[in-house]
Amino acid sequence: MTDTSMNDLMKAKMIGRSEIEDLIIVPLFAIVAALILGALTMLATNVDLATIGLSYVALLKGSVGSLSAISETLTAAAPLILAGLGLALGFRAGLFNIGAEGQVLMGGMAAVITGFTFTDLPAAILMPMSLLAGALVGALYASIAGWLRVATGAHEVISTIMLNLIAYRLLDYMLRLPFIQKEGRADPISKSVPDAAELPRLLAFIDPNLRVHAGIFLVLVAVAVVYWLLFRSKLGFEFRASGENPQAARYAGMRSGLIIVLAMASAGALAGLAGANQVLGVLGRATPGFSAGIGFDAIAVALLGRSHPIGVLFAGLLFGALEAGGRQMQVDAGVSIDLIGIIQALIIVFIAAPLLVRAVFPWGFRKGSRQTEGGQ
Amino acid sequence: MTAVPAPRIEPGKTRHARITGGILIGLAILTAVVFAPDGTGIATFRLSRPTDALVLPNLVVPAVPFIYAAAAVLAFLGARQFLRGGTRWTSLSMGIGLAVAVAAFLVWATTGKAFSLTGMLQATMVRAVPIALGGLAGVLSERVAVVNIAIEGMLLAGAFTGALVGSLLGGMGGLAAAVAIGGLFGFILAALVVTYRMDQIIAGVVINLLVLGLTSYVSSQVFQEYRYLNNAPVFRAVKVPLLGDIPILGPMFFQQNIFVYGALIMVGVATYYLFHTRMGLRARAVGEHPRAADTLGINVYRTRYINVTLAGMVAGFGGAWFTLGSVGRFDEGMTGGRGYIGLAAMIFGRWHPVGALAAALVFGFADSLQQKLALLQTPIPSEFLAMAPYVATIIVVAGLVGRARPPAADGKPYVKE
Repeated sequence: MTDTSMNDLMKAKMIGRSEIEDLIIVPLFAIVAALILGALTMLATNVDLATIGLSYVALLKGSVGSLSAISETLTAAAPLILAGLGLALGFRAGLFNIGAEGQVLMGGMAAVITGFTFTDLPAAILMPMSLLAGALVGALYASIAGWLRVATGAHEVISTIMLNLIAYRLLDYMLRLPFIQKEGRADPISKSVPDAAELPRLLAFIDPNLRVHAGIFLVLVAVAVVYWLLFRSKLGFEFRASGENPQAARYAGMRSGLIIVLAMASAGALAGLAGANQVLGVLGRATPGFSAGIGFDAIAVALLGRSHPIGVLFAGLLFGALEAGGRQMQVDAGVSIDLIGIIQALIIVFIAAPLLVRAVFPWGFRKGSRQTEGGQ
Repeated sequence: MTAVPAPRIEPGKTRHARITGGILIGLAILTAVVFAPDGTGIATFRLSRPTDALVLPNLVVPAVPFIYAAAAVLAFLGARQFLRGGTRWTSLSMGIGLAVAVAAFLVWATTGKAFSLTGMLQATMVRAVPIALGGLAGVLSERVAVVNIAIEGMLLAGAFTGALVGSLLGGMGGLAAAVAIGGLFGFILAALVVTYRMDQIIAGVVINLLVLGLTSYVSSQVFQEYRYLNNAPVFRAVKVPLLGDIPILGPMFFQQNIFVYGALIMVGVATYYLFHTRMGLRARAVGEHPRAADTLGINVYRTRYINVTLAGMVAGFGGAWFTLGSVGRFDEGMTGGRGYIGLAAMIFGRWHPVGALAAALVFGFADSLQQKLALLQTPIPSEFLAMAPYVATIIVVAGLVGRARPPAADGKPYVKE
């Protein structure tokens, strides 16, 4: 597995032939095509047309139809955007990090442990400290894969997947340790995070059930910081340079090994922050598999957002909306929420293969920008 | 183990040898300090069942002398690597060292109890099947320079289809359908990366996500309600006459079900195909230097389509193992990362079918070891035993057990001029 092909492709994806076509038309068609194929999937599994209509209405209602729907969308989007920013950072540096899931788990775990260990501290110290612990542990866990890549050449795709699987087991083990497990419980579940460590709910004064929490400010700060890091700082320039052309970056005097480890570490820090955001803002404790696939959905978010912080923000909002709407869909129409997984996968297929979208919707594009087809 | 005596030892090799030596010495210390003091008594390994045609006596190992001997061997190998390694034998020493350490560990874990060695080897072969077939699928597609991360999804698709069609049409129908669906996803991957020039890793990840979504959706939407659709017959083990009676090897290779035989045959056929036929030579040429192959009149695109589709069929067959070969019903995400371990087996096996099978046996061993050890009640938490195959994969991919060279054009899309 070589780096050059991936980098060529990422370059083509990021710069694009025509900004508007790539940034707006392709994603729009991708979403439409994915929804149509999702409807066909429902048809194939014996769901009648009325229910399909009902489920898409529910999808819309559950994502933006009311204040509580918007609150749910934002709550679901926050960790996806955080982890997605981390993955985008990695993609820019030419690293395909699939390990966000494990980093989310480890980061979330660290935040929980910090939270219930130092219960005496005031919220102004404890909450930031728990978040920081999550980011730090996520960064350390991710840099294992970075270090393996630098020291031994092990491809990060396989090592991060293995680190994910190891993280699941490690979590199961840790949740049964006496100082972590909740008192009086036999099942693997951690002690609860004290109020002082929790990210406060923002709209509790309107309705205590509105779950949107202070994590969304964290998200906005993270978007700004990643934007600054990638496009305004020296380190970000080095990330992008070694992502686009590792050899040229090396000849220019950049230390490629260090850059890879640092890029993985920053990606892991953001994923760990996503995990901390989940446990401190939504769940209040850690349970087996509390990440619920955030790390994998974040890959899709980063791809959809074209590895650009602003793009990731919008892609994360879209996926958060699909997530929140999907739950409503399951309740209203009785269609399994796993359908959302199919739609999300299809969106990425169409996004990552612009040639495919152009082949399916030829009328949506200017003829001149059409590349030579690679067929036989 | 190519024994080319280098006139001057390269610094990289020296460092590699130093690391190997360090690890071996660490293992020696671990063996001597952790295993030996507990290990008073004897460990009994059963080599055959009383019902076998040829009954071998039990293998009785006195624990303390064995463990100290193992530690001594490890220390010797490690010191040798550390002081004067680097020319050759580094990988071999590491291999022998790991085997000795595992043996010492087994003796320690079994002390005072009895343990069926044959049973574990039989389970090793069974658990190696999906990994070997995944690895073989990886070999077939990477030999034509298509990186196939989608093996995991193809295995899952095969498992799902095997269960669904197997419930309706019986085992053979399910198997055929699983192979066909694997081939279909192979074809889709080829179309995405060859014709639409999508990034190979992204295409693979997307196929995995798509298959995971589709199978989870159908299993929660349909299988929950119509349970008879997820209740397939299971292929039973068939004993090969005579060969099945060989002690130890018989139960491992010749008292198995159709999937084990299928995997062994496919590895043989794939080796013959890749290295002894004209088609195989062409496929490898496409993987090494597509431009040159194209110039010589080989249709690069068609070769890639054919081989990646074949790889998908192999993975589909391997996927059917999860349902038709073991439990008969499909569960969401039941492949549990075996496809990725298969990719690691391919790298460990140096892009060769037989190598991939051998590597898969190592992973199968780690997998069955953690299962059997749970029965022996060792003080090690079961979660850590369950991590063993994954840690083994990382070690292998990190190249501690030797490096290999992928096909030269691996992962690069080819654009015909």
